[in-house]
Amino acid sequence: MKKSVILGALTVAGLAAGAAAAGTLDDVKARGKLNCGVTTGLVGFAAPDANGNWDGFDVGVCRAVAAAVLGDPNAVEFVPTTGKTRFTALASGEIDMLARNTTWTFSRDVDLKFEFVGVNYYDGQGFMIPKELGVSSAKELDGATVCIQTGTTTELNLADFFRANNISYEPVPIETNAEAQQQFLAGACDVYTTDASGLAATRATFENPGDYAVLPEIISKEPLGPLVRHGDNEWGDVVRWTLNALIASEELGVTSANLEEMAKGTSNPEINRMMGTEGSLGEMLGLDADWAKRAIAAGGNYGELFAKNIGEETPVGLARGLNAQWKNGGLLYSPPFR
Amino acid sequence: MSDQTSTSVAFVAKDTIPPSPPPGRETGIVKWLRENLFSNIPNSILTIVSLYVIFIVLKNTMPWIVNGVWTTSSLSQCREVLNGETGACFSVLTERWNQLLYGFKYPVDQYWRPNLALLLMIVAAAPVLFFDLPRKLLLFTAVYPFLAYWLIWGGSVYVPLIALLGFVAATVVFQTFGKGSFAIGFFGAIVAAFVVWMVGGALIPETASENALLSPVPSRDLGGFMLNLMLGATCVSLSLPIGIVLALGRQSDMPLIKWVCVIFIEFVRGVPLITLLFVASVMLSYFFPPESSVDLFLRVVIMITMFASAYIAEVIRGGLAALPKGQYEAADSIGLAYPQAMRLIILPQALKISIPGIVNVAVGLFKDTTLVSVISMFDLVGMIRGPILASTEWNGVYWELLGFAALLFFIVCYGISQYSQWLERRLATDHR
Repeated sequence: MKKSVILGALTVAGLAAGAAAAGTLDDVKARGKLNCGVTTGLVGFAAPDANGNWDGFDVGVCRAVAAAVLGDPNAVEFVPTTGKTRFTALASGEIDMLARNTTWTFSRDVDLKFEFVGVNYYDGQGFMIPKELGVSSAKELDGATVCIQTGTTTELNLADFFRANNISYEPVPIETNAEAQQQFLAGACDVYTTDASGLAATRATFENPGDYAVLPEIISKEPLGPLVRHGDNEWGDVVRWTLNALIASEELGVTSANLEEMAKGTSNPEINRMMGTEGSLGEMLGLDADWAKRAIAAGGNYGELFAKNIGEETPVGLARGLNAQWKNGGLLYSPPFR
Repeated sequence: MSDQTSTSVAFVAKDTIPPSPPPGRETGIVKWLRENLFSNIPNSILTIVSLYVIFIVLKNTMPWIVNGVWTTSSLSQCREVLNGETGACFSVLTERWNQLLYGFKYPVDQYWRPNLALLLMIVAAAPVLFFDLPRKLLLFTAVYPFLAYWLIWGGSVYVPLIALLGFVAATVVFQTFGKGSFAIGFFGAIVAAFVVWMVGGALIPETASENALLSPVPSRDLGGFMLNLMLGATCVSLSLPIGIVLALGRQSDMPLIKWVCVIFIEFVRGVPLITLLFVASVMLSYFFPPESSVDLFLRVVIMITMFASAYIAEVIRGGLAALPKGQYEAADSIGLAYPQAMRLIILPQALKISIPGIVNVAVGLFKDTTLVSVISMFDLVGMIRGPILASTEWNGVYWELLGFAALLFFIVCYGISQYSQWLERRLATDHR
């Protein structure tokens, strides 16, 4: 049986390879499952628990899309991808969308033929120091030894930052985050630098996290967001507006607690349009009227997802910072539901 | 001398002197210590230094192991229990042992299936490994791969059954026609197998896997040490026969066969395994449409088998080259055909010489199976690096997890090594 499948596959491979991208929304509906690419494991963002259930901030986006499209937040097949396999998995159609801490860059968007549908986490490179160093700003780090992962953009950002501020540093090259953790704790370097979310997660695993601090300076832009393949704009719209629904619902005060009440109809027409009691936004997307309601019900709005997985109450302990709503001085700004 | 009687001599010993015990410093533990550890001054110094090093290592690791915490549910709780003292956090093993062994998606109530498959593997491997056992057991060995497939992947029983029937048909055809002409038998067997697979495949009902006796488990859900064992066992057992064929092919007089084998061996040996794995996981998915690609496990098995068989082929070629030319000539002179000469004279000797090399490749290959973690398969190391270290409970537990992985691998590899030494002794028909 397998053999005939292989032979058949060979003959139609050439024909189907190019056309595989068309109609992802219909494919997902027909399959009854969303294939969502996630990381093989990153604290707070995506990891399976002891029972094998995936949980995390990126996982929340996958579940919201599955709830919007299929009506069931658990109708997701999580496909773990590494940094090396993620783009091929998406390009080859093995996954429908990728929600895996992927930085939105020009070349990935344009050259690799992907479409970033938004940003669900604004990250950036930061610094962590032991508190006993007595430093409160990265500009005071003149002459410090810095642990840094080799071959990453963080290395270049670091050089730029120190040159721009006309101060000197001594790099201690290391290979992995685990190694960095050990070196930093052993005092081989004064400062450890990597993405701020990674710093917070690393700090959370220390025996005495209170002895270490993350400095306020963020020296690079790392907008992380979900992405889909180029050329299937209907599907891109679905993922984009599901993410926007999560963000807008926080702005509009819709939470998983008051969702049922809001869905009955409110005095705010934008909430009504989003909840499907007014207008026909769902129909325009090719979904039914209460798609956004289901997406929010899956794991709560953006703020709830953030608080539950990576917020200050969790071991990861990230502050909202840039990821606050625009009204609160952050960068989250959903286009209007109109 | 005749006048020397008992009376003319002052003293004659009439009984043998009873043996006295050896001097204290020449016996028991003292002798052993003196000869082995303190035989001269440099050796004594080395002994003392070594003892000191062992003491330091134990002093630092024993409290860590003895104080180990086994019952908490997260690293922070471990630290609370230890309260600043040194101690390992083995709780991660007690909580996640099933993920380490089976991966995080294999259904928990089906763990008996891989367990049973492992037990049966021991039964199936026994007649191959220990040839004093009754030969009839080999029949079970032949059936085992299909049985194991059905146990681990579940689903319709017809799939492995049809596959098995294909091989049976091929064997029957080969036995019938192979005696007359090897080529007719060989190609006839291939045709027969494909005919059975095609016809059988068409006969399997579409819904067979839905109401199967064992619920189907997709390859993506396999993981943990089980995955390492499956990859290792499958690839070693497949690469050995392929390696033999390649080694013989490389020595062939027929240029086409010779050059195909040479190019295959040199190409595959010249490429890193990780490259082949990337080809298996990444490149091949570009060539197949999304819905009907070849199973990832199968792709990885093919790549690792190719890699290992190229190495084994070279090891066996070494064994063939080590045989004196007289052995080949002796086989020719008593009128044996090529297959007979190989089967009866050359290969038994060449393989015996190659045992250490083959075991070396097998052990290395088994450890190399951890490389599949870079193509997002969750083998033992992949489980540790990915899901377990990324969980909020266990982020930061390195020594305990990787030590456990090392222990598992050591047990298996040491077992393989011990078996090979036994085999060498058993086969020793030494010329020494």
